[in-house]
Amino acid sequence: MLIEVQGPLSRLLLFSDALLDDAPPLSRIASMQESSIPLEREDGFVIGCSAAADEVETLIPPDIALCSDCRRELLDPGDRRFRYPFINCTNCGPRYTIVDRLPYDRPWTSMQGFTMCPECEREYSDPLNRRFHAQPNACSTCGPVLSLLDAYGDPLSVDPHPDPAALAASRLRDGAVVAIKSLGGFHLSVDALNDSAVKRLRDGKGREAKPFAVMMPSTATVLHYCDACEAELIALQSAEAPIVLLKKRAGSHLADSVAPGNDRLGVMLPYTPLHKLLFEQGPEVLVMTSANVSEEPIVSDNDEALHCLKGMADLFLMHNRPILTKCDDSVTIHLSGTLRQIRRSRGYVPAPISISNDGPVVFGTGGELKNTVALLKGSQALVSQHIGNVQNYGAYLHFEQTASHLQHLFQAVPELIVHDMHPSYMSTQWAMRQDVPILGVQHHHAHLASCLAENMEDGPAIGLLLDGTGYGTDGAVWGGEVLIGDAQGAVRFASLEPMPLPGGETAIKQPWRAGIGYLFRSCPVLPELPFMQGREVFQVLELLQKGVGSYETSSCGRLFDAVAAIAGLCGTISFEGEAAIALTEAAGGETGKKAFRFGLEEHHGRWLMLVSPIIQDVAAAVRQSCPSREISRRFHRTLIDCFKATIAEASRASAIRTVALSGGVWQNPLLFETLSLELEAAGYRVLTHSRLPANDGGISLGQAIIGRRYLAGHYEGVG
Amino acid sequence: MAHGAGGRLSQELMQRVFMPHIQNAFLDILDDQAKLDLPPGKIAFTTDTYVVSPVFFPGGNIGELAINGTVNDLSVGGATPLYISTGFVLEEGLPLTELEAIVRSMAAAARRAGVMIVTGDTKVVGRGQCDRIFINTSGIGLIRNNTALSCRNLQLGDAVILSGTVGDHGMAIMTSREGLSFHSRITSDSAPLNAMIAAILDEVPSIHAMRDPTRGGVAATLNELASSSSVGIEIDEAAIPVKDDVRGAAELLGIDPLHVANEGKLVLVVAAHDAVKVLAVMRSSEQGRDAALIGRIVEEHPCMVVMQTALGSRRIIDLPPGEQLPRIC
Ligand SMILES: [Fe+3]
Ligand SMILES: [Mg+2]
Ligand SMILES: [Zn+2]
Ligand SMILES: [Zn+2]
Repeated sequence: MLIEVQGPLSRLLLFSDALLDDAPPLSRIASMQESSIPLEREDGFVIGCSAAADEVETLIPPDIALCSDCRRELLDPGDRRFRYPFINCTNCGPRYTIVDRLPYDRPWTSMQGFTMCPECEREYSDPLNRRFHAQPNACSTCGPVLSLLDAYGDPLSVDPHPDPAALAASRLRDGAVVAIKSLGGFHLSVDALNDSAVKRLRDGKGREAKPFAVMMPSTATVLHYCDACEAELIALQSAEAPIVLLKKRAGSHLADSVAPGNDRLGVMLPYTPLHKLLFEQGPEVLVMTSANVSEEPIVSDNDEALHCLKGMADLFLMHNRPILTKCDDSVTIHLSGTLRQIRRSRGYVPAPISISNDGPVVFGTGGELKNTVALLKGSQALVSQHIGNVQNYGAYLHFEQTASHLQHLFQAVPELIVHDMHPSYMSTQWAMRQDVPILGVQHHHAHLASCLAENMEDGPAIGLLLDGTGYGTDGAVWGGEVLIGDAQGAVRFASLEPMPLPGGETAIKQPWRAGIGYLFRSCPVLPELPFMQGREVFQVLELLQKGVGSYETSSCGRLFDAVAAIAGLCGTISFEGEAAIALTEAAGGETGKKAFRFGLEEHHGRWLMLVSPIIQDVAAAVRQSCPSREISRRFHRTLIDCFKATIAEASRASAIRTVALSGGVWQNPLLFETLSLELEAAGYRVLTHSRLPANDGGISLGQAIIGRRYLAGHYEGVG
Repeated sequence: MAHGAGGRLSQELMQRVFMPHIQNAFLDILDDQAKLDLPPGKIAFTTDTYVVSPVFFPGGNIGELAINGTVNDLSVGGATPLYISTGFVLEEGLPLTELEAIVRSMAAAARRAGVMIVTGDTKVVGRGQCDRIFINTSGIGLIRNNTALSCRNLQLGDAVILSGTVGDHGMAIMTSREGLSFHSRITSDSAPLNAMIAAILDEVPSIHAMRDPTRGGVAATLNELASSSSVGIEIDEAAIPVKDDVRGAAELLGIDPLHVANEGKLVLVVAAHDAVKVLAVMRSSEQGRDAALIGRIVEEHPCMVVMQTALGSRRIIDLPPGEQLPRIC
């Protein structure tokens, strides 16, 4: 932004101080340069046009939750926007989700169809008004309008209820499932205290057990149902308004089916004026789950909603302001004193992440599930919103659109596209079809680089990279890795002992099969355990004995699956991570004092963290009817001790005292909090993820960072 | 069988093993070449080499596979198969009885398909230089003059028809090769498709494209078709016939049945209004009893195959990976 001011020097100094100190809440001053130009006599206050497109460096802001001023006006019967569901100002409202192209001016947003009435126009052009140049500025005379449609998409007669929001609220109270158009897409909403209504939503969505997020009207309500610390409350109330995974309060009376078998609940506060209005007359707590079909991306278009959500929703509460960019709710968790992203989307995207190096534009295509893409431009990284499983065609389209949208919004054309080494990832296949040089990088190397980058570190570090599946440089399935190095290159210092995964992906969806595989490899004689009952164990055994259809994996996620299965906690899963969550939940938030046996052995220059003694001991404990709580606690203790021993070894060998934790397993609160604390106590510097997810949502950044080293001629990869 | 390159041993093989089973006017002459009278018209000519382990599998053996495969390659091009050549590479030590069984079933397959084996060659190589037996077959057929089959011929709105269950052959091979005791009832679908294809083309000459989904399965075939015509193909998971046993074995092994080879199936693309007629003809034939309309040609996602899943989402069906590595993280 270019500001031209004239006046006495003292006043100019005051001006520049004020610019820094009293900047508007949403502004961000990255850097400021001053210079003087010849004086011309000019009067008044003028705002010039946005610069030509090729000059644009303007960053598109993320979407912002309803601000307190707008909230007051919304509920003030005397205000001209009383109960207007699209009230906003320069401090709040939609941004990223309504921008089509640059510059960020009204004609290039989905507000272009709405011509401001004289009163709105006056606010928009008044520099002293809160709505000065608020692009989505609108009122009930000139702006978007709500509508309420029935299950067949026919408009509801709103005669006795002039207000669609009020009618929808009352129907929610009666147990209806309502599809609600929010900022980045539709939600499916239902009364969270009404168990049968929640179950009806589960049936409609075909979602067995995966927890639903809820929306609560205020922090007072939040504290009624959940334990939340100061920092968690601040996060809930922030302009980003993410979902925060909070500990459920004992005896809370939300419907059991909201988040079954989980001691945490995903909670958010109302972030649009429409949400606020719903709570005026609606249920105390609303389930608010992304409206989508199975793995499809969130539904964002009105017609698409009526078509795709047919049979799921009783009512559609929608409006005529198009959503141009899909954006799911962000999901966060507060661990070890820091708010951490699990799914970074609405409210955070596309705010740039500063990185420690500058260089050419590079694009990272991310992984396969939980895909995000990243664009490096100068010393900033733009990491996209959560895109999802790109094997799904809808998500793949979303991926392609986001890739080109980001490149357009930031006027950046990549010199290099970096993808995962996995040959069948759709993101890899897409990269190969582009007319740009490409580089395939190892999955866990990208994890390590991503963790370093978001901490503004260049490394080297000891990366403890734990996740479910990543393609290794040897073509095997990695996932429990210690890589020592940096973005340039890394050495695979240690890994979990490889175990057989009979039937590949089938064993991932049915952890009992992984359990058999791990036992088969670990125990001289396969013990008979309760979890095998009613399972076709002999079939899996035959695969293992004949070495057919089995994949060797050093995955930590699979180790959790196998132990959860052997302990009888989870035989098959309906959502990713379900078995690991069940195992961790069983520990009740504590690690044991006693550990199972583990070992560390050097094989051909690589250390193996032995898994077989752990599995033997788990099996023995199950045979002795050891409670699952104790098994889980000891298992967590074992992993922590094993990882500490390996890191000590790595540190001895490399003289590095910095440890980087990345990979989806680090979303396990118990493992993460305990190990990071104990590592710090042992004198290590521990780098963790917070602004990016530890899971595969973070690897696009790591890929792009590695790509820059490659372009600089310094790429070594994983050795 | 002793190691013998050409000469007396091969001569003996011919006399003792091949001739008793394969006899016709051309072969009996034992010249170095077959002299064929070809009817006027366009000729289709194809070759393929068959390497399969085990050589004998549930539902067939390498011999009939080598005949059916070449018959089918000619047939899907709209040709009537006429003549076939055979080339054998035999590993020293292959029992003569096995070879004889293979040759016998080749002769039977040729009779069944109505083609003549008109020339052949045999080489015996040392142990380990090949795996028991490799067979090459080439075939010549006469292209029907009223067809315009081409994989570049797919039109928006066309129907995609599959002649039967997927994955039978590949799963039969895999389960028998590895000696898996369960799912041992899975048998190969190896069969000649020429009679069914002739019946279809008699009824609906304007078929747009036909392919036999062998290696890489239906997934590879559909992807090739989509790319050749630069169109999208949309298929419906619920409509794709899969035998329970095959589905069970595929699940156990973590493999998608759409990626598994077939040896007696046909993928056919035809104008939507002719789909019912084609299905009726298929279903009245032995090879097409389980025929199903599995999808259509769409404008969306050119060069891509997308499957509507039972859960209501859309999954991209890409080319089978070299190895089935898990993608789930
Ligand atoms: Fe990962
Ligand atoms: Mg062929
Ligand atoms: Zn506001
Ligand atoms: Zn207005």
